[in-house]
Amino acid sequence: MNLDFTEDEDLIRSISRDFLEKEFSKELVRELEDDPKGYSPQVWQKMAELGWMGMLIPEQYGGIDGNFMQLVVLLEEMERACMGGPFFDTTLCTTAILDAGSEDQKNHFLPQIAEGKMILSLALTEPVPRFDAEGITIKAEPDGDEFIISGTKMFVQDAQIADYLLCVTRTDSSAKPGKGITLFLVDARSPGIQITPLHTISHEHQNEVVLENVRVPKANMLGELNQGWPVIEKMLQKAIIAKCAEMNGGEDWVVAESVAYAKERVQYGKPIGSYQIIQHYLADMWTDAGMGKRFTYYAAWKIDQGLPLAMEASIAKAFVSDAYNHSSRMGIQIHGALGTTRDHDMGLYYQRARQVWPLFGDPDFHREKIAQLMGI
Amino acid sequence: MDFNFTPEQEALRQEFEEYFSQKEKEAPEGWFTAKIDYCYEHDEAWEFHRKIGKELGKKGWLSLPWPKELGGKGFGQQEQMIFQEIRAYHRIPGFDPGPVVAAAGVLERGTEEQKKKWLPQIASGETTWTEGWSEPDSGSDLASITATTGVLDGDDWVINGQKLWTTGAHRCSHMILLARTDPEAPKHKGITYFLTPMDVPGIEIRPVLRMYGGHSYNEVFFDNFRVPRKNVIGEENQGWYVLMAGMDFERTGVAFVAETRRDFDELISFVKEHGFDGRTPGEAAVVRHKLAQCQIELEIWRQWAYYVAWLQTKGVRVPGESSAVKRVGSELMIKISQVGLEVLGMYGPIKADSKWARLHGSFEYACQHDLGMTIAGGTTEIQRNLIAWMELELPRK
Repeated sequence: MNLDFTEDEDLIRSISRDFLEKEFSKELVRELEDDPKGYSPQVWQKMAELGWMGMLIPEQYGGIDGNFMQLVVLLEEMERACMGGPFFDTTLCTTAILDAGSEDQKNHFLPQIAEGKMILSLALTEPVPRFDAEGITIKAEPDGDEFIISGTKMFVQDAQIADYLLCVTRTDSSAKPGKGITLFLVDARSPGIQITPLHTISHEHQNEVVLENVRVPKANMLGELNQGWPVIEKMLQKAIIAKCAEMNGGEDWVVAESVAYAKERVQYGKPIGSYQIIQHYLADMWTDAGMGKRFTYYAAWKIDQGLPLAMEASIAKAFVSDAYNHSSRMGIQIHGALGTTRDHDMGLYYQRARQVWPLFGDPDFHREKIAQLMGI
Repeated sequence: MDFNFTPEQEALRQEFEEYFSQKEKEAPEGWFTAKIDYCYEHDEAWEFHRKIGKELGKKGWLSLPWPKELGGKGFGQQEQMIFQEIRAYHRIPGFDPGPVVAAAGVLERGTEEQKKKWLPQIASGETTWTEGWSEPDSGSDLASITATTGVLDGDDWVINGQKLWTTGAHRCSHMILLARTDPEAPKHKGITYFLTPMDVPGIEIRPVLRMYGGHSYNEVFFDNFRVPRKNVIGEENQGWYVLMAGMDFERTGVAFVAETRRDFDELISFVKEHGFDGRTPGEAAVVRHKLAQCQIELEIWRQWAYYVAWLQTKGVRVPGESSAVKRVGSELMIKISQVGLEVLGMYGPIKADSKWARLHGSFEYACQHDLGMTIAGGTTEIQRNLIAWMELELPRK
């Protein structure tokens, strides 16, 4: 057993913290809220130069051949900086290409992703949003060398700037829900695609994506026909652990900021951090954040070892989502009225915690899944 | 990071597993708990506890992390953690505060002579140890003890006064005793730490019964009870620091994790077999989710306990982390005992001795017994204070 970070991981943390403090201020976060693109191409390019988009990509495809634990460290730092935008979905879709892509697809997509020249979005959920196979209803019909996709995808992150959508479709309605799903990498500028922005609590740029007779070459099918769901299931487990890493990073900021404020803010002649109830709020926030982090590292290690983690993914998402929601709300409470204003950054974390709450299944969804995994 | 144990540790795990699963078969009929209080409360359980204690002593498993030259196996905190995890999962007692608390004091602050005298009798399992610490007016603020005093008389300290909440005092052969020996000094600097046999004139032990009638707590009265000066561990009046030096010794609480995991596993097996009979689908859904939440918190707690063990392996002092593991774990034990009682419905409150008892009445017992978990060894509120003061460095005033 060795539960320390490696030197590489420590380095990733210090470099990314420095970079984000310099390049990704909270002012920029707020500027991007109403920016139609929702990201800074300049910062994006610098991130690519640091190798971030190629973190999980092997060197032969232009990446830096890192591992999931390193990604976890990076994502903690990104959420600390309130960095939303296309990094998450692009990285997520990268894992699916690595997992199921043909050699031609890997050679085509991965180097461009690593260079920061290609943005991907996951088009998974639909107007009736679910994170299981039954939730996939939009159809892809074969037509010669192409498939024709029609239907609506919802909550598609950063579709407005995506080059490709990883579109999850149903190709066999008579098979069991998990057996008739096929994945396509759809050129986001194909005729028949209409993208309409949704306005969200944390200003993450989500979209409604309507596909009307969108033609996709067979060559863009990711993995085998009707075999797409297991790829998505695996990807979702990684997505959950990656989201947990982000939330843990956010909680770290919330706890540190709240502790600092409690030492400074004086009422009745004493810092409010000397009052036991504030101390206990903070002690519990610190404990939750630490426990969530440690469990997330355990799950990340399992990913790197290729071990199954259905149970761990659900435990992590339920616990960390609950913890981030709670600590960001208590962070506001400790800051008093100031915390509720646009002048203070605490609100950004409060909003972000609520944005990710339902993503990839909320805690109730995962408690249900855990109950099923336990066989009760 | 690497969450795997080494092949040597895996081999050790296998050895523990074989032994403790065998011992489980030898346990008295209807055995349902690893809790040491249960052994203090029942004669048959106490006999089993003693038999196991001596066997563990023979195997050298009471002294796994002590240095080899002092009779230990020279293992680290991880091996100790594996031992405690498997022992507790199989609900095998045989392990009291002796090998951890009393030994820690001797190992950290004892003289060569004291090490020779005390360590072998602790390691062999021949002695059993109770903690004479709390007093009627000194619980969470333990350093404030004044009810038990010691006055030097020749080569002996003469002890007078009273202890309270002395768990297992009526069963144990020896006591780790804290007494006020300098009433003039600041409170942390006037306490002396003694190791003493109990079969000495001038001691009276009276039971303090738990709400379920169990006799694990006691009040202990001293009337000119003599302790030789050579039984003082560390310097006289410096006992508080001897106690603190031993506190970082095995504080992962992993035995509690494993004990609770076992109770929970049995509850889940029961539910799988019996379903949620008598409940509407809506009610059943709520109960299922409560069980899922317990599973979440148990696994989170387990990884945190491993993390604390890892930090201790490195020799890092971890006041925040060890307070957190204690606070979270003890609260979860109570939560699971309540959920267990609730899942069993009308059968939940039925005691072990009825043929209608479910799971040997283990949740009827646990939901009363475990209330002490968030109180003993530093209350849940004190653990939060410690995190706030030591880890977050929030002002005390």
